[in-house]
Amino acid sequence: MTKTAKVSRKAAGKGSRARRKKASSPESGENGRFLAELFERYPREETSLIMVLQDVQDHFNWLPPEALDRVAVELGVPRGRVQSVATFYRAFSLSPRGSTIVKVCLGTACHVRGSSKIAEALEKDLGIEAGSGMTEDGKVSIETVNCLGACAMAPVVVIGDRYHANALPEKIVELVKKERES
Amino acid sequence: MSAAVKRKPLRFETPEELLAYADEQLRRQQALRQEIRVCGGPGCLARGSRDIYDAIRDRIDAHRVDLENQKLELGVTLEAKCTGCHGMCEAGPVVTFEPSKIFYTHVKVEDAEDIVAKTLLAKKPIRRLLYHQEPRKGGQPVQRYTDIPFYALQTKVALRNVGVVDPLSLEDYLAAGGFRALVKALTTLSPEEVVEEVDASGLRGRGGAGFPTGRKWKGALRAKKDRVWIICNGDEGDPGAFMDRAIMEGDPYSVIEGMLIGSYALGATDGFLYVRHEYPLAVEHLRRAIERLEEVGLLGENILGTGLTCRLRISRGGGAFVCGESTALARSIEGKVGEPRAKYVRSVERGLYDQPTVLNNVETWTCVTAILDRGAHWFASMGSERSKGTKAFSLVGKVKHTGLVEVPMGRTLREIIFDIGGGILEDRPFKAVQTGGPSGGCLPEEKLNLPVDFDTLTRAGAMMGSGGMIVMDDHTCMVDVAKYFIKFLIGESCGKCVPCREGLRQV
Repeated sequence: MTKTAKVSRKAAGKGSRARRKKASSPESGENGRFLAELFERYPREETSLIMVLQDVQDHFNWLPPEALDRVAVELGVPRGRVQSVATFYRAFSLSPRGSTIVKVCLGTACHVRGSSKIAEALEKDLGIEAGSGMTEDGKVSIETVNCLGACAMAPVVVIGDRYHANALPEKIVELVKKERES
Repeated sequence: MSAAVKRKPLRFETPEELLAYADEQLRRQQALRQEIRVCGGPGCLARGSRDIYDAIRDRIDAHRVDLENQKLELGVTLEAKCTGCHGMCEAGPVVTFEPSKIFYTHVKVEDAEDIVAKTLLAKKPIRRLLYHQEPRKGGQPVQRYTDIPFYALQTKVALRNVGVVDPLSLEDYLAAGGFRALVKALTTLSPEEVVEEVDASGLRGRGGAGFPTGRKWKGALRAKKDRVWIICNGDEGDPGAFMDRAIMEGDPYSVIEGMLIGSYALGATDGFLYVRHEYPLAVEHLRRAIERLEEVGLLGENILGTGLTCRLRISRGGGAFVCGESTALARSIEGKVGEPRAKYVRSVERGLYDQPTVLNNVETWTCVTAILDRGAHWFASMGSERSKGTKAFSLVGKVKHTGLVEVPMGRTLREIIFDIGGGILEDRPFKAVQTGGPSGGCLPEEKLNLPVDFDTLTRAGAMMGSGGMIVMDDHTCMVDVAKYFIKFLIGESCGKCVPCREGLRQV
C-alpha cells in the first residue's frame, strides 16, 4: 500500500518547481536577475562554489554551461575546476532534467525490499534511463539515490517532493503516469 | 509555544539569566495536564503525520469550550506538538500522550476527532489505534508505550529528546534540560577539565571508526597554533542508516550545544555543520536553530558574557559517499572535489584549510552534551568493557519493527533484532544482518549472540560502523547483496586510490 504526503514545502528547498524555468537563455531576464542576486549572497571565494552550484541547480533544474562560465568568473575559480566539482558530486546534473524528478532509493534497506525492480519498471515504461535524459515531453526524469534516510519505509520513491512508502513497481508506474498527464 | 516568545527580544547576557529562563520553561512544562506528541520523523511525515497534527489542532479548537471546562486550556495545560522520530516507524504515523503514555499507531486524519473527543475529553483510549502485540496471533492491545518491549528495552542517550521535544522550539529544549551542560562547563569547569571529562567518559566516535573522542580533542589541542576548527559530520552516507538524520531533525539544539561545549574546550571560534543534501528537513531545522541561538545570544561573540565566541555555519553536501571521510569532507567544505588524502597526517593536525580540525559525528556531539550534563561516570557506567555508553541503530530490512533504536553497547544482535525488533517479517527464517554500511559485513545466524560493540564486530569480520542494521531473511540472495555493494562502491569510488578504483571492477 502506498501512502503519500507532502513533505514540508519549506524543507523542499528554495524555488518551487513551477518557478523553475527552462534554461533557454541563462543570462537574460529573470535568470539574469537570479544570477546577479546569487553572487551577492555568498562570499566570492572558492568555499562558496558548491553552495552556489546548488542554488544554480535549484533555479534552472540543471547546470547550464553558460551559468557555469559565469560562476567561474564571479567566484574567481578556474572553469576547469568548476567543471570537475560539478561532475564529481552526484547531486549535480549537467543535462536538462524533466520538470518532475522521480527519485528511486537504492539504499541497502530498499534494495533488500526490491527497489531495483521499481527502477527497472520505470525505465521500461518511460523509455529513458535513470540518471540521464528526460521523457520527450520534458516532464519526467528518473534518478536513483543511494539512501534517502527513510529506510524504515523501504522501498521509498520520491515523486517531486512527495515520499511514497512501501512502494510497489506497478503502483509507482501508475503514479508517474498520472503526474505526466496532469 | 510562539505566544511565550513574543514579549521583548530575548537575549541572555549571563548564565544565570539563561538558567532562570530554562526554569520558567520547565515549570510551564510541568503545569501541562496533557501533551500530545505527533511524530514528525521521516517515516511518519511521509505517511501524512503533518496533516494529522493539523487536524488534531483543528479538533482541539473545535472542542475548545469543552476542553476549557475540563481545565485543559490550550497553551496553558494542553499542548499538541510535532516532534522528531518516535522510533517505531513501521507503525507510523505514531501519536503519543503524556503523562498517560498512551500510544497510538497507524493514525489517520479521520481519527483526529476521536482522539480529542475520546482520549482527551472522555479519557478513554481508542482500542483500534492501540499497538497490538503479534496481531496475527490474537495478541492483546498494549495501552502504554512503556509496556511495549520495543521501547521498554531501550536506553536513550543520543535520542533522549528525539520524539519528545518540538525540534524548532528552544523553550522546549530548555524545559528538557537543554543548555544545562553548557552552563555547567562554562561556569564550573576549565576547558582542560571539559576535555578530561569527555576523555574519562570513554566516548568513542559514533560515525563508525570508534576513535576515542577525548584522545582526538587532546591531539587537536597539542597541534593547535592559532586556531582550531570544529565540524559536525552529518553526511551519513551509509545506506540503511538514518540515526543522524533523526537527531538533526528531531533535536538540533543538542547537537549545537555539543559543538558549543567543544568550542569552549578547544578554543575553536568557528565551525561547520556538514549535512548531506538529501536531508532538506535536517538542514532547515539546524538553520532555524542556529538563527534562534544567534538571536538570543547563545551563538556568536561573548556568549553569556563569558567571552566565548562560537560561530557555526551549515555546509550542504553534494551527495558523495566518500565525503563522510574526514579529509574529503574538509575538501568539500572548502568548495573542492571531495577527494580524501593519505592520513599519515591526521585531521586534528591538518584538516580544514590545513589547520587543526576536530570532526565529530552528529551522534558524538549530542553525546558530548549528555556527558557534560550527567557526568563522565554515568556515561561510562553503561556499555561494555571498551565501548562505553549507548549506541543508536537504524533497524531496517526484513524485520517486523523497522525503526530507530538505542541500546547500551554490548547487547547481543539477537536481543536487538528479535526482542526489540520483534523478529523477522512474516516469521520467516533469519539469514543475515548487514552492519557497518557498504564496507562492513554480513553476519549469519551463528553470530547472533555476539555483543554489539566496536571491537567484537570488527573481530567477527563486520564492523559496527555508524549504526545501520539491515536484516535479511531467506528470500534475500547473498550473491545479489554482494553484487549490490560492489556496484555501489564502484559508483561511489572517488577514483583516487588504485585498490578501490581498479580492484572493485576486477571483483
